[in-house]
Amino acid sequence: MIEIKDLAFSYGNVPVLKSITTSLEEGRIYGLLGENGVGKTTLLTLLCGLKKADSGSICTDGENPFDRTPSLLEKQYYLPDEVAPVAMKAEVFAKERGAFWPLYDHEIFLTIMKEFENDPSKKMNQMSAGQLKKTYISFGLATGCRYLFMDEPTNGLDIPSKAQFRAAVMKYTPEDSTIVISTHQVRDLENIIDPVIILDKQDVLLNASIEEISEKLYFDYGTTQREDALYREALPGGFLQVCPNTGGEESKVNIEALFNTVHAHKELIKGMFNK
Amino acid sequence: MEFNPNKAIYLQIRDSICERILSGELKPEDRIPSVREYGASIGVNPNTVMRTYEKLTQEGVIYNKRGIGYFISQEAKDLVLESSRKEFIENELPVMIRKMELLGLDPKELFDNK
Repeated sequence: MIEIKDLAFSYGNVPVLKSITTSLEEGRIYGLLGENGVGKTTLLTLLCGLKKADSGSICTDGENPFDRTPSLLEKQYYLPDEVAPVAMKAEVFAKERGAFWPLYDHEIFLTIMKEFENDPSKKMNQMSAGQLKKTYISFGLATGCRYLFMDEPTNGLDIPSKAQFRAAVMKYTPEDSTIVISTHQVRDLENIIDPVIILDKQDVLLNASIEEISEKLYFDYGTTQREDALYREALPGGFLQVCPNTGGEESKVNIEALFNTVHAHKELIKGMFNK
Repeated sequence: MEFNPNKAIYLQIRDSICERILSGELKPEDRIPSVREYGASIGVNPNTVMRTYEKLTQEGVIYNKRGIGYFISQEAKDLVLESSRKEFIENELPVMIRKMELLGLDPKELFDNK
């Protein structure tokens, strides 16, 4: 369990996160969404202890990540957007680094590499960007961490790798782990992220499960324009409209449309979900 | 089966399992995959699959053996048949009737010729 309270962070005198309060539960795969520059990566690096909060607190299993205690470090893994092309064979790198994570399983690393059709005996500085990313993803999943933070993990992955990534995240992570994936590629991850967090410059606009979202908002794929639509976009066969859910029927949550709805009606949505 | 893009995913998964029960592919006492296995195989969050299993358990179509997994119940097919017929008559049939009226199709002629 991670509890974030009134968290603020700025780069020099440029404030990024102003007052973030939210919590992250175990056994969930969070999708962290937000426009460019709202501080998604900053938040992830704060969560894993790479940065120190200006004010407010983060509490992960009772500890402050910035204390960087071995007991917390060994159960978390951060996969940055850009990863280092180390001059080592992937399998050697993984085995050596794995020593820092007591639950690291080298067999699982090799299995995921194989599923990704990635050669573990290849030197990492000779890999393509996608192969390198897949090596780090395989390693991150093989650490068996309770806390896994991934920044744009599907960037650079080819089409088959995206489906393999989705399957691997569910197959190889412990059931009680908390996974946070920041992404713009919502279509890649639409069906695996639940809950959804939408971050804004000031605060968290939304942190809600798909169940809650579909209880409160109705995603209407139809041919007639609705007056109560909070958001509407034209599709080849009609419209996708997001409306308050008054009929009690549950529809399929479309995350892109959700994002646009939340951005167009920040206060309304906050009021709707913070009851 | 065809997916309805407007239906919540957990309900789409439910429909797919129900259809496999109706077709006889899933039989009483068959074990269905764990939520994580199933989620991984169709690329869906395990919590979503959990909601499907909870709903099917509530409906009596599947049951949980603690520590072993979920199984298709003895009366699954009858239950699914009943609920699917009800849904067809209440939701799909009116749409069909409306469309047939619009197209000027006579049900008698249409079904007799088939």
